[in-house]
Amino acid sequence: MSDPAAVAALGSPGAAASAPLLEVAGLSVLLEINGAKRPVLRDVSLTVRPGEAVGLVGESGSGKSMTARAIDRLLPRRAEVTGSIRFGGEDVNQLTGAGLRRYRNKVAMIFQDPRAHTNPVRRIGDFMTEALQANLAVSAPEARRRAVDMLAQVGIDDGAKRLGQYPHQMSGGMLQRVMIAAALLTKPRLLLADEPTTALDVTTQAEVMAILDGLRREFGLAMLFITHDLDLAAAICDRTAVMYAGQIVEIRASALLHDDPLHPYTAALAAARPDIEQTAHRLRAIPGRPLSAFEAPSQECAFAPRCPYATDICRAEVPALARLDSGVSRCARAHELRGQLGGAPGG
Amino acid sequence: MRWRFVARRLAMLLISLLVASFVIFAAVYLAPGNPIAALSGGRSLPPSSVRILEQRYHLNAPFFGQYWYWLDNVLHGNLGISITLRENVSTLIASRIWTTAGLVLYSALLIVVFGIGMGLVAGLRPGVLDTSTVVVTAISAAIPAFVAAIVLILVFAVKLGWFPAIGNGTGLADNIRHLTLPAFALAISSLAIVARVTRASVRGEGEREHVQTAVSRGIPRRQVIRRHVLRNAAIPITTVAGITIASLIAVAAVVETAFSLNGLGAYLVQAAQSKDLAVVQGISLLLVSAFVIVNLIVDMLYSVLDPRVTLGSRAA
Amino acid sequence: MSTGIPTAIEAPRFRALTSVRATGIVGIASGIILAAATFAAIFGPLLAPYDPELPNLSLAWIGPTGGHLLGFDVQGRDVLSRLLVGAQTSMLGPLVVVIVSVVTGSLLAVVAAWRRGAADAAISSGLDILFAFPGILLAVLATAVFGAGLPAAAIALSLAYMPYVARVLRGAAYRERSQPYVAALEVQGASATSICLRHLIPNMLPLIVAQATILFGYAMVDLAAISFLGLGVQPPRPDWGVMISENQTGIVQGYPLPALSAGVCIVAVVIAVNVLGERLFEQAEAGRR
Repeated sequence: MSDPAAVAALGSPGAAASAPLLEVAGLSVLLEINGAKRPVLRDVSLTVRPGEAVGLVGESGSGKSMTARAIDRLLPRRAEVTGSIRFGGEDVNQLTGAGLRRYRNKVAMIFQDPRAHTNPVRRIGDFMTEALQANLAVSAPEARRRAVDMLAQVGIDDGAKRLGQYPHQMSGGMLQRVMIAAALLTKPRLLLADEPTTALDVTTQAEVMAILDGLRREFGLAMLFITHDLDLAAAICDRTAVMYAGQIVEIRASALLHDDPLHPYTAALAAARPDIEQTAHRLRAIPGRPLSAFEAPSQECAFAPRCPYATDICRAEVPALARLDSGVSRCARAHELRGQLGGAPGG
Repeated sequence: MRWRFVARRLAMLLISLLVASFVIFAAVYLAPGNPIAALSGGRSLPPSSVRILEQRYHLNAPFFGQYWYWLDNVLHGNLGISITLRENVSTLIASRIWTTAGLVLYSALLIVVFGIGMGLVAGLRPGVLDTSTVVVTAISAAIPAFVAAIVLILVFAVKLGWFPAIGNGTGLADNIRHLTLPAFALAISSLAIVARVTRASVRGEGEREHVQTAVSRGIPRRQVIRRHVLRNAAIPITTVAGITIASLIAVAAVVETAFSLNGLGAYLVQAAQSKDLAVVQGISLLLVSAFVIVNLIVDMLYSVLDPRVTLGSRAA
Repeated sequence: MSTGIPTAIEAPRFRALTSVRATGIVGIASGIILAAATFAAIFGPLLAPYDPELPNLSLAWIGPTGGHLLGFDVQGRDVLSRLLVGAQTSMLGPLVVVIVSVVTGSLLAVVAAWRRGAADAAISSGLDILFAFPGILLAVLATAVFGAGLPAAAIALSLAYMPYVARVLRGAAYRERSQPYVAALEVQGASATSICLRHLIPNMLPLIVAQATILFGYAMVDLAAISFLGLGVQPPRPDWGVMISENQTGIVQGYPLPALSAGVCIVAVVIAVNVLGERLFEQAEAGRR
């Protein structure tokens, strides 16, 4: 296995230009499931540079949410974590106490279901100002003032009134905007957005995405954007990483992902989405079902059972992440398949 | 908005009380035989007494008229006369009410302090303390008050001699001493249930997503527990504690009988045995009213703790 | 009690017993206890070695000797025989209470959930009013009016428990009723009664059975309490609650065994029933997901 940190730093144009903000290298996580320790993440490596938006795409069980939680130190107590996560040079897993709380103010997480993630018996105002008052010693009136300002930035104009309301008095879309505003209040440098729009209806999705993307650029924040929607990630992220069965299988500049993917899984994901401009006679689904990390075979490429290009090399051992062109791929045959994977959708 | 909720609950309270009072009143008519026989408990009475009863209970008036007179009397504090002791029921109740009230309050205190206390300790600290609490409460929850009574009498009164086995005692301090074993007997199974619910609620809340959000924002652990775990767990805990305390009102009768305490419950049982219906009606009415009122207080408390109840859910 | 309290908390006495991380031993022990109690309830009179009702005061309070494993009670009767025969009323009474309250409660819950609207409001309000009467109180009132004895107490308790059952099952009935298959059956022309009886209730059965099991424990405790008070089963008939009351004087005089053994029987059966009920609840929950 080549040096994971070095490899993970690849796949981005101008890799040596600025020091990475977040470096995840060789991250593997074991969780206790039904009494046995199972892997949920295997050898995950990626980097995010300051101000850069990186997408993390995968189906259910691919480990994308788990990666975000690992980065934010939100894993269950008995999880076994190996590998390193470095933020601004510091080893995240070694942080404790005040240092950990400082870290949490610099990295803000936006969760998928805003209603489940807000305390139903506390007011919005408390929710938003809690972190400011607890960690940054901001006075209550000042914290409220900032909260109202930030609410205006996410498109909620009657902020003062909203601060006194409870979560159940707001719609899902509005609550998610509140969550975004709350996350931005502590002036973080990195946003971890875990499928922030999946729980919303389609029109609200577009609104919230626009707000999130706009504010991110305005404040110059880095973002790790987690989603199952490859096109959505490609639309707002500079680079996109694709995960399958707890592993990173490809990291590529978003613009190139569709037309020149480096991994058969990425190609299949891209092709599975019907194109509005073409008529497809049959939806192209990937045969089989997505595997979780602990179901995946450990002696061969995890995607091999479903891959149309699999050969004996693929079944011999787990392929390593390797650099190819300006991207990174875990396909053992990536070099050979170059140019054959992408191309006309539906064709 | 809050006031409409309160008004509605109060209205329900009044209706409950009205219907309950009607059922209690109608008991006289449900009894086999005629109302005179029921009121006299099957005893034969001289004609003068019969006339007094007829007059007092307006037995010649139409049914609902009688109910009205009865209710009117009740609201003026006139609960009738005990056929066995020939005294006003209200007087008889007044002399016994403090025993029962004291017993119930004492038990309630034990339940809140020890039940919630044990549950909190077990819920917040996994480990030996937790598993032992689970086992102990599982067993205690199954011990009915009268079984607890005899065990407590055996251990603490007979063998150890720390507490008296029966009677009320004289003077405040002695009263409390006499009420201690009964209060524990009454409280044990409810205490166990409250402890278990407390533990489960605290555990459950600790695993909720909104707690994760607070942690991810870097809120100190103490504050997370106080403001997010405990504050939210307080809702089911208060509800269960309230309901179990309300049920003490009825079970007190059993404990009072076991310890020969001179309380309303024991007296109710005696009156039921001697078919002294007026007394049964009077005490039943009082106990049912207390029960309904305590439940109302629990509801109110719940609505204070959980803003979703009064304000209702609306999508903006 | 208001209808504002959500279902998950509404039956706190029933759900409060969160599962103990039990080994198989607890489950097996519970099963054995219940089997023994049921066996005694059915065959008690045949198994009892001595006459449970014949008093012999000269033998009063003698401890375990010879063929009398648990000694003699306050009136010189063999304790073990009384326990065995007493199992009949102690187990049968709660059974009747449970059956009546669960059947009526389920029916009311299903009707309320099926018809919704005004019928539901009426039923719920009616039940709310019944909630005003704690079980024991209603039983005392009933025995004062109709005379002391098991029937009056059992009927009163059934009435008092019915609203609890109905409240818990109403939520489940609503959930079941809004399942797609119900709409499908309606479209096919099935009648309301047939859908309710042949589909709704059978699907709710795991929850109903779990509820009934836990309720059995409460009924046993309440009925024994009423017998203890002298308003239920009447002496000289043996019954575990009656035995505790009769032999209470023995505790103070230094002969605790008769009263304690009856107490232990009650507690053992209630624990066993609670353990079983919890398991059934877990299964019902798991089946629902």
